[in-house]
Amino acid sequence: MFAFFIGRVYHVLTRVPPYGGCEVQYEGESSKMKHARRTIVVLLCVTMLLLMVAGCNRNEPQESQTQTESPDTTEPVRDDIVIGIAQDIDVSLDPHLMTSAASRAVLFNVFEGLVKPTPEGFLAPAVASSFEISESGDTFTFTLRDNILFHNGEPVTAQDVVYSISRVSGFYNDGTALIPAFSIVESVTAEDENTIVIKTTVPNIEFLSFLTAAIIPENYDAQETAPVGTGPYMYVSRSPQENLIFEKFDDYWGDVPSITHVTYRILDNTEALMMALRSGTVDFCSHLMSSQMAELQGLGYNFEIGTMNLVQAVYLNNAVAPFDNVEVRRALAHAINRSEIMDVLADGLGVPVGSSMYPAFSKYFTAELADYYDYDPQKAKSLLSEAGYPDGFTMEIVVPSNHGPHIDTATVVVEQLREIGVTATIRLVEWSTWIDDTYRGRNFEATVVGVDASAMTARAMLERFSSTNGSNFINFSNAEYDEVFAAAISATNDEDQVLLYKELELILTQQAANLYIQDLCDIIAINEDISGFEFYPLFVEDLARLYYK
Amino acid sequence: MIIKKNHYLFFGFIITALVLSIAIIGFFWTPNNPNAIDSSNRFASPSTKYPLGTDNFGRCILSRVVEGIGATVLVAVFTLIIGFGVGLIIGTLTGYYGGWVDELLMRSGDVVMAFPSILLALVFISITGTGRYNVIIALGVLFIPSFARVVRGEFVRIRELDFVHSAKIMGAGPLRIMLVHILPNAIPVLLRFLAIGFNNAVLAEASMSYLGLGVQPPDSSLGRLLSDSQPFLFTAPWYALSAGVAIVLLILGFSLISEGIVLPRSE
Repeated sequence: MFAFFIGRVYHVLTRVPPYGGCEVQYEGESSKMKHARRTIVVLLCVTMLLLMVAGCNRNEPQESQTQTESPDTTEPVRDDIVIGIAQDIDVSLDPHLMTSAASRAVLFNVFEGLVKPTPEGFLAPAVASSFEISESGDTFTFTLRDNILFHNGEPVTAQDVVYSISRVSGFYNDGTALIPAFSIVESVTAEDENTIVIKTTVPNIEFLSFLTAAIIPENYDAQETAPVGTGPYMYVSRSPQENLIFEKFDDYWGDVPSITHVTYRILDNTEALMMALRSGTVDFCSHLMSSQMAELQGLGYNFEIGTMNLVQAVYLNNAVAPFDNVEVRRALAHAINRSEIMDVLADGLGVPVGSSMYPAFSKYFTAELADYYDYDPQKAKSLLSEAGYPDGFTMEIVVPSNHGPHIDTATVVVEQLREIGVTATIRLVEWSTWIDDTYRGRNFEATVVGVDASAMTARAMLERFSSTNGSNFINFSNAEYDEVFAAAISATNDEDQVLLYKELELILTQQAANLYIQDLCDIIAINEDISGFEFYPLFVEDLARLYYK
Repeated sequence: MIIKKNHYLFFGFIITALVLSIAIIGFFWTPNNPNAIDSSNRFASPSTKYPLGTDNFGRCILSRVVEGIGATVLVAVFTLIIGFGVGLIIGTLTGYYGGWVDELLMRSGDVVMAFPSILLALVFISITGTGRYNVIIALGVLFIPSFARVVRGEFVRIRELDFVHSAKIMGAGPLRIMLVHILPNAIPVLLRFLAIGFNNAVLAEASMSYLGLGVQPPDSSLGRLLSDSQPFLFTAPWYALSAGVAIVLLILGFSLISEGIVLPRSE
């Protein structure tokens, strides 16, 4: 009976017309064609069977392979590393024109500024050997490091530094700064062969953190295709959508890296990336999901678990009803169960946040704010009815469709809001639509995204919420906030400034400006023979610290 | 169209009845709330509470598959209503009257059919926005030309047969000839094509939702389930398998039915 049924199915399959096809064609089909069609189907069936059999057996030889490999540790120490990245970096390699975070992460190893960030979140002298900020907070004096070379062998001169800073500040074009923070630069001059002075139009001690902007040689115009900097690695070659090759710079002023050759392989398809990791052809890969980590257990990787350095939240449009009512926002904040979201997204990994600041900014981060609104649906309900919505309301959450974690978060949030009577729906949009309509057009009710910082300063996170800021996409408007922000950016003392920034964070929390959730976990798989990896408070990967055990 | 000894039709009806009754029951009752999240039971393997296990949110996969079949079938049915309804009218009129209107409509149909249909649907969705209703409209419109063409083909063939000429001579009006004399004779072919069209609509809906353009999360549809389960193919294979089997059964049932419908002229 069963065999008969299979036979019938087979018969049907061999005769199913193609997509959108028309039955009439089959009446005229010759027996020869039918025969050919059947042969093809039989071949396909056999191939599928073979594949299935192969698939069943695949695990066993792999296990025995790793077993035989592990005792054999006599192979010579490697001096190369292959890094898998999920998206290609910008077409232009010019460090002053980078737009994507992926470019920043990669070119961090090639370029350095007068100062460079450290994993602890401080700024260390780099191209400059020392620096000084005037009492007034508007004059920065740098002493150039002795005997420092560019990758092309030319020495770095004070003139190169002046050129680089002037270029970023927009002095060579129509005056638009290439990096917006440099718009406050008034002048940059070389006092003598080793001293550079930068003056700003307004006091701003945080400007120092933007001086991580790359120092590049003055008389070199091929930065876009063959970048030259002062970093520990130098650019060798690039094949778009395929790979990017670096080599260590032997004349580096600091500790010369231990690993000589670096290859970035672009694997922009999750399956391809996982295959490469499973086969061991990739030594290093960041931004994995916890399920992918589980899949790679026991295949020769160590896992580093950090955070992505962004603030994921349900960002609420504070200008549209009902979110213009602070009581409603507070009620919703009580309805969000962060630990459930984190459990679902990454088995509980990630760090809860309660304001627009992420934990890697240890100087500014206030962990307690995450507990400001405890999860309490009953309280949320009563707050909601006090605010005039006893039966809840409906809302729409816009989510960029290319960000899986945000979609999953929104899915959980919808269920949590349902418990307090709020009916939320999800609308997925393309990333470009999100940028145009939601971010620039501010035409939304709520959206789930992660907001990150472009520079290592609290200002990068908090400036957008001042009421007149162009990036204030949630239309947050609070007089006290604007006042404190103005005081914070003109503070000339670091301690005062930190306190003022913390006050801003508290205002955002008290006003429940957004439903803050977490800093997403970031899982990195590294070949277990490599050590030395450290997380930075920025979206970068420092290869110079890696070495083979 | 005799069911006796017609194994295609017999098994087709059984499978289809099974799947559709599941879908209909699913509109009123599912084992669990398909959207309820149970974070302590993520990736649970099949159990009595969750007969097909749970997904990455701890949602009941069986409930989601049942809801998904319903959503997919509904989209397919409404797609057919639009595509077949309009296609029937256009095909009937152009097939019976012919002339320059026939040329115009058929050539514009050719233009639509010259593009891969999924590609056209993608363009349509990117203009109108995502969501199941937009998918219904997009697919419905795209299905019109192929239906219209089949209906027209049948009408052109039948209108030249002797009995139609006889009816004309006996003074029957065009409407009567179209509806009473020609249409009933075209029904077997149209039914077969309808079953195939249903399958195409199911697959198209699944593709659109798989690409994230159809049914929006957290709601479920078969394509949505496939894309949701893709990252967990190795860790929770029952998830993708459940959705895949549902699609296969749905398609197989209608394929068998379309195969089983016996055409009058091949008897």
